[in-house]
Amino acid sequence: MKKLNDQMAKLTIKRLSPEEEFPDLSQHNNHMAKVLTQDMFTKLRDRATPNGFTIDGVIQTGVDNPGHPFIMTVGCVAGDEETYEVFKELLDPIIEDRHGGYKPTDKHKTDLNPDNLKGGDDLDPNYVLSSRVRTGRSIRGFCLPPHCSRGERRGVEKMSVEALDSLSGDLKGKYYALKNMTDAEQQQLIDDHFLFDKPVSPLLLASGMARDWPDGRGIWHNDTKTFLVWVNEEDHLRVISMQKGGNMKEVFNRFCTGLTKIETLFKDKGTSFMWNEHLGYVLTCPSNLGTGLRAGVHVKIPNMSKHAKFEEVLKRLRLQKRGTGGVDTAAVGGTFDISNADRLGFSEVELVQMVVDGVKLLVEMEKKLEKGQSIDDIMPAQK
Amino acid sequence: MANNFARILSSKRNVGILSLVGAGSLTAAFLLNREHVTAGAQVRRVYPASAEYPDLRKHNNCMASHLTPAIYAKLVEKATPNGYTLDQAIQTGVDNPGHPFIKTVGMVAGDEESYEVFADLLDPVIKERHNGYDPQTMTHPTDLDSSKLKSGKFDDRYVLSSRVRTGRSIRGLSLPPACTRAERREVERVVVDALAGLKGDLAGTYYSLTHMTDQEQQQLIDDHFLFDKPVSPLLTCSGMARDWPDARGIWHNNTKTFLIWINEEDHTRVISMEKGGNMKRVFDRFCTGLKEVERLIQEKGWEFMWNERLGYILTCPSNLGTGLRAGVHVNLPKLSKDPRFTKILDNLRLQKRGTGGVDTAAVGSTFDISNLDRLGQSEVQLVQTVVDGVNYLIDCEKKLEKGQDIKIPPPFKK
Repeated sequence: MKKLNDQMAKLTIKRLSPEEEFPDLSQHNNHMAKVLTQDMFTKLRDRATPNGFTIDGVIQTGVDNPGHPFIMTVGCVAGDEETYEVFKELLDPIIEDRHGGYKPTDKHKTDLNPDNLKGGDDLDPNYVLSSRVRTGRSIRGFCLPPHCSRGERRGVEKMSVEALDSLSGDLKGKYYALKNMTDAEQQQLIDDHFLFDKPVSPLLLASGMARDWPDGRGIWHNDTKTFLVWVNEEDHLRVISMQKGGNMKEVFNRFCTGLTKIETLFKDKGTSFMWNEHLGYVLTCPSNLGTGLRAGVHVKIPNMSKHAKFEEVLKRLRLQKRGTGGVDTAAVGGTFDISNADRLGFSEVELVQMVVDGVKLLVEMEKKLEKGQSIDDIMPAQK
Repeated sequence: MANNFARILSSKRNVGILSLVGAGSLTAAFLLNREHVTAGAQVRRVYPASAEYPDLRKHNNCMASHLTPAIYAKLVEKATPNGYTLDQAIQTGVDNPGHPFIKTVGMVAGDEESYEVFADLLDPVIKERHNGYDPQTMTHPTDLDSSKLKSGKFDDRYVLSSRVRTGRSIRGLSLPPACTRAERREVERVVVDALAGLKGDLAGTYYSLTHMTDQEQQQLIDDHFLFDKPVSPLLTCSGMARDWPDARGIWHNNTKTFLIWINEEDHTRVISMEKGGNMKRVFDRFCTGLKEVERLIQEKGWEFMWNERLGYILTCPSNLGTGLRAGVHVNLPKLSKDPRFTKILDNLRLQKRGTGGVDTAAVGSTFDISNLDRLGQSEVQLVQTVVDGVNYLIDCEKKLEKGQDIKIPPPFKK
């Protein structure tokens, strides 16, 4: 045995040049592929974050998933908070392109005061079936899902569950670890739009965030199922406030109250969320930086959605449409998921305001189209 | 992903520190020093091993059967010279708990050294998977002299096709779960370069996956020539599908009877096949081709990963030794419905699969029948087992056709 080790110790480990390591991105259409040059790769290849995350870890998902001619994915992830600094040369231009021209010197404002939201309690429930606000939070000091070890992931779970268990009043709730959940419980939660998918998307799998599934993963929700926290899916925490109907104001109130309480609980335990004044809240995917906030409704707009100007209206309102199954799903019977397109460079209040005002207008347009009227006179300006 | 940083911390060279002051957070980027470190080097952990130990209570694979907390604690501190760690090796087994009926291996090697550095886990796994073969005390015989094969021509009315496959790894380059893009491309370059030197009935062409048209690719799949796009979570969880289809391809000779897959689950998979039942000719070509390829890479200063303890080194511990699967597609309409079929196969040391390969179902009554064993017996011995076994099966089928009874053969003795 010793002789074999000696032989192998003498092996010359082949470390090949950065030119030979550079990925073939000729078929690719994602933000990473647009930005990553040979020179940049050569430079970044020699670095690692203090946790050992390297450029290959950052870009693997983008290399493995060339993308879609119509949908521009980000194509990279962060393995820890420091990724955004250590690989700045790659991530800053991606952030700028993805977040509407947000510059490396720009400052992001955080505003979680629900009193600053105007209106939002009167969206027509005949059209607006449900309202939801979600964001993500990362716990400082732990690696993010693409890079964390089992121990770290369990540490995130333990710390989060301790904090959540001390919530009270209408926020009081319970944690369901994925590995102890029955299949029936799990399916019920999925059908209620409460639970996160078992990871099947190659975008997620290729980044390594599904390792050790379902270890350390779970869902916490309050007794009324209006405030939910996902633990260790694509981010450390995803925080969701939701309810049937169109009272977005109430949803946002609960969202802000709950988030602020959780943050206080974490601070009491000597930790905090990953946040800085340039990038706001730091999350795994660069697309979720800033507020990490997606405020949306399920709204019935069968006429509006078939209108020639539908896409244009959404664009001007800074809104995005999805199917009712979430990202990358199709709409069912004229019911769409409409939410804010932006994440970074606007505060939480500003983004929810855009959704409230925008959805109100879409419903108004839908009603006009039902009556056979034109919507030209209420076309919005570009926000 | 490789914990490169921890490996570098333990290297004997100084590490240059490049400090970047970020907005609101102290960060430091470290210049990687890609120097060689000795096998078994210490890896820094933030958590104790007990906090990192995977939850294997619902698992049924060889890794889970043998990875005790004590072995985990011992090995988790180590890395191979390429920086491959235990967590990487076992990731596929953690992510895929297994099937109550099919016991998968549940771990892979990232490089040749994995089999040494993680021997405390791999040796018992190998022993279980390979029917008691003890890598610590036994040696593996290699024999590629196909002239020793007796009566390798099957009845064409039953045997539709014959095939022998194995794998070979290029010493000095990491295996598919761990290789970098450049290493993978180097494997491709070394092998394609060598294959260009094949002559006569072995002369052929290389088709890189990145340049193949979808049509060419589908044709090759339908002909049973090409490897699948990786969809099995057993493979994808180990990281061997990264950067697909970069540096993957298939080489085959002009008559499509000798094929080499590059950079799928292993550096190379070498396949000899043809329609009909002439296993002798298939094995002849297999041995000639393999030896010729070996000679050609040696001319350029390369060699295959091999040692007398484990034979040929491949990514999956289940393919150690010969890495050889010799099989036929054979039509056994009566025998396959006989309740004794499985027992007969067991005693012959044969395995049945569907005609789409591993984890597929049989179509009609045509089965893929091949050797179960890989390690502890030579190539000649294993192909002989298949020859003798398939002849026995055909004999049974013929007997059943005539309404005669069949016997379960005695358990196979080496």
